[in-house]
Amino acid sequence: MEKNNWKAWLYLLPAILFLGAFMVYPLIDVFIYSFEEAYNSASQTFTGVGLYNYQYVLRDPYFLQAVKNTFILVVITVPLSTGLALLISVGLNSIKKLKELFQTVYFLPYVTNTLAVGLVFMILFKTTPYTDGLVNLMLSWFGAGPVDFIDGPYWAKMFVLCFYTVWVVLPFKILILTSALASVKQDYYNAAKVDGASRWTIFTKITLPMISPTLFYLIITGFIGAFKAYNDAVALFGTNLNTAEMNTIVGYVYDMLYGNSGGYPSYASAAAIILFAIVLTITCINLLISKKHVHY
Amino acid sequence: MKVVLQNLTKKFPSRDKKDRRDVVAVSDFTFEIPDGKLIGLLGPSGCGKSTTLNLLSGLQTPTSGKIFFGDDDVTNLPAENRGVGLVFQNYALYPHLTVQQNIMFPLQNLKGEAKLTKAQMEEKALEAAKLVQIDGLMSRKPSELSGGQQQRVAIARALVKMPRVLLLDEPLSNLDARLRLQTREEIRRIQRETQITTIFVTHDQEEAMSISDLIVVMKEGVIHQIGKPQDVYDSPVNLFVATFLGTPPINVFHGKVEGGKVYIGSEAIGSVSGVEDQPVHVAIRPEGFVLDEKGPLTCDLDEVEVMGRDITVVSKHPDSQNVEIRSIISADNKVDLSTGKVHFSVKNHKVFLFRKDTEERIYTDLV
Repeated sequence: MEKNNWKAWLYLLPAILFLGAFMVYPLIDVFIYSFEEAYNSASQTFTGVGLYNYQYVLRDPYFLQAVKNTFILVVITVPLSTGLALLISVGLNSIKKLKELFQTVYFLPYVTNTLAVGLVFMILFKTTPYTDGLVNLMLSWFGAGPVDFIDGPYWAKMFVLCFYTVWVVLPFKILILTSALASVKQDYYNAAKVDGASRWTIFTKITLPMISPTLFYLIITGFIGAFKAYNDAVALFGTNLNTAEMNTIVGYVYDMLYGNSGGYPSYASAAAIILFAIVLTITCINLLISKKHVHY
Repeated sequence: MKVVLQNLTKKFPSRDKKDRRDVVAVSDFTFEIPDGKLIGLLGPSGCGKSTTLNLLSGLQTPTSGKIFFGDDDVTNLPAENRGVGLVFQNYALYPHLTVQQNIMFPLQNLKGEAKLTKAQMEEKALEAAKLVQIDGLMSRKPSELSGGQQQRVAIARALVKMPRVLLLDEPLSNLDARLRLQTREEIRRIQRETQITTIFVTHDQEEAMSISDLIVVMKEGVIHQIGKPQDVYDSPVNLFVATFLGTPPINVFHGKVEGGKVYIGSEAIGSVSGVEDQPVHVAIRPEGFVLDEKGPLTCDLDEVEVMGRDITVVSKHPDSQNVEIRSIISADNKVDLSTGKVHFSVKNHKVFLFRKDTEERIYTDLV
């Protein structure tokens, strides 16, 4: 064992170097910047050390707006997309004809270009001089609307953002869940059937526990992904997210670094560390809960 | 509960593009299983025995024919309403539930008047667990159990709701040889204690012979013979049944009947009456040989295996269809190895004649 140790390290070396240079070092750096007041990356200077950056960020209305947006996005889209994906994959798993066709259809958004998706959403929601968009057209059939989804009220914009996010993350979840469902052995279903279980009992007592590891994996990665949301908002509302009241935490970090109000790496670092703390906490809670409910 | 099968047939559509004919897994089964008996469905793999079990459990529906439990026609009753207990070949224990939860699962699905309180369920589960002697393992998960213990849990789960019929699919195939012996006795004991009509499927003839009240010998979806194990062994209806039962297997020779005498090669081993002259299969059970210097059957001696109680003489004969002839004789006999030849006479009731063309039995008494 002892003799082969250096060999093991040799094999690990490329990955360690790479991760160290591009993951660990920047992480530590960001952590340090977040305590250095008015750090300037060009001159490598700062004026003091302390919690000032955090105080500033936590009082910044743009940041608070971004936190609010991100939390709404997370709370709505993660359960909704996971639930929908579960529903659709159970449906896919129980049909025989056209199964492959539907699987392909549901997976298409995953391989579709973001710009094309953006275009589709424009057609659906955007008000132009010629049309109010497809959704408004449908709303008008029921005598409602028109609502300006892109430049209109906050709830309308939030609705579009959630809708878009759910739509974008759905294919991957469906793919993973369908394969998880397919891997549950038919024998368990047969056994449950012979034991007189109803379809609902089979689903809740057999299927769900059997796929619970996959389900929790999707929930945890879903939380992390949603907390890091940024490009979806940009695709819908453009880069000026603060004015649109649609900024996210990652968007705030980006703006602090490069946006119009950019050039504040210290604030950006503080915001990034806060995001990190939030995601870490939520993930830990998730893992604690999953220990109780995930089997095996 | 007696179980009656009437003209039961199950066909599967062919997947073979060239051969469009349906695959007949179970062909026109008609037989009655008396109440409280242990029945072994026996046959080589692919003979339709598992399909028969699935039809009985309701997991598959027959193409035609009927199934009765007692006087109830259950042919179109779905599996969940049939009240059968089924033990799967790989046990299919729910891995996320404890032993107790596994055993209680069928009880939790009871509806209406049959519904039980939690305490009643626990009591019943414990009863079933005691019956199969796993009551000390109630809080374990299936992955923490040995194969034999998992098997017992599966049986307990099948028994806990007091099924009308208990079905076992290759119940011993995943166990090691020692455990297999022990478990088959166990199954026998449990069946006797509960008096539940039990049907089990196996490809192992020894297993079926040792514990069944009745065995059903099947091949390619067709029943060949039904009867008490000893009766089937002592009087097989055709060559397949004769060769399938018994270890070591029966020794089959090319032979002929000519002028009322049965010949293997040029050696007449006995006479029969009322049989036309024809080529036949002569099948002799290993225990049907008697060492006899003046015996008619002369074989080339290969080796002698001394097993203590008895000895196995391994020899060859030009007309034998088996690669080697195995004959079991009492250890009191001495085999002379020096000549390289061994002479046998035969026990007449251990010799069967079968037609060359149909392989059906020719019923006659050898003298």
